[in-house]
Amino acid sequence: MKTPRLLEIRENVLKHNDILARNLREKFELNEVFVVSLVSSPGAGKTEFLEKTLTLLHENFRVAALVGDLATDNDAERLARSNAQVKQITTGTICHLEAAMIENALADWNLRELDFLFIENVGNLVCPASYDLGENLRLVLMSTTEGEDKPLKYPTIFNTSDVAVITKTDIAEAVEFDSEKAKKSIESVRPAMQIFEVSAKNGAGMIGWIEWLKNKAAISKNRRSINARRQTNDGGIALGQI
Amino acid sequence: MHELSIALSIVEIAVETVEKNGGGKVEAIYLKLGTMSGVVKEALLFSWQMASADTPLEGSRLVIEEVPIVVRCTKCEAVRTLDAMNKFVCPVCDQPVANILQGKELQLTSLEIV
Repeated sequence: MKTPRLLEIRENVLKHNDILARNLREKFELNEVFVVSLVSSPGAGKTEFLEKTLTLLHENFRVAALVGDLATDNDAERLARSNAQVKQITTGTICHLEAAMIENALADWNLRELDFLFIENVGNLVCPASYDLGENLRLVLMSTTEGEDKPLKYPTIFNTSDVAVITKTDIAEAVEFDSEKAKKSIESVRPAMQIFEVSAKNGAGMIGWIEWLKNKAAISKNRRSINARRQTNDGGIALGQI
Repeated sequence: MHELSIALSIVEIAVETVEKNGGGKVEAIYLKLGTMSGVVKEALLFSWQMASADTPLEGSRLVIEEVPIVVRCTKCEAVRTLDAMNKFVCPVCDQPVANILQGKELQLTSLEIV
């Protein structure tokens, strides 16, 4: 009988996705487009929040959205009302978006023509956590109707996100939502996380979020140009010159 | 539940590795699985048989080593293991901690081949 041999691998199981996501991130950076992905449970208000966000940004920026669902292009139709460029990704039975789907969806888009790109993931608080999409920010939403302990129940997605948005504050009182308790839950899972409380319906809190986002994008752009200048000074090629 | 597609990725990487290394029958696959990886051990094991059927990995064992969440506390500067994934505070000095050192792994470490 042959003796078994042990072969070392040390490879990430999601390496294909990670490589594609890294390529996407480089492409976004090169084209100076700021990318935000949105995750939440079904019905938390991602599409409504995104529609208002697109509308508010559309005045001064070139904005677009990719929207993932198992079936139908209802969300793309809703988002198109904001006059932004929108494309639906139907995943069939797949419960999350992967970097390859983003790459395919963007194949015929000119990223140079965009300032902001939003990627609305499939409504799911579990699976999307594992897949990097090359985004600058991952935004997690929870609505006031969901219960303040949602972050404690789904810690991975809240921990891997960069910013949290509490939606539907217009009905917070009716559903006896305890905002302080919810914020404490979020901070327990992700200390010092940036949190916004909004109502996309009546507009409350939306301006604060938009201003914060614009600042984030400006800082990221600034950092890119500093890095590019540094590379030029070092004898490398500036990103803007490629 | 995306464990089946994770299991299929494991099969793909393992088959590739075996082919690159002169073939053989795979007895076991060793995987590190972090508490925060977003993948459930039981669901992955359940998917394994289905994912490996009709591949060179059919009949192999998937051996999962669970990796707990390990953080460095910014106050006491010690490396600590967290018991729960929804309470990111240092278990000793109660300081909120955000920098995760371990616990997000989803990594194939080795293959046992005969």
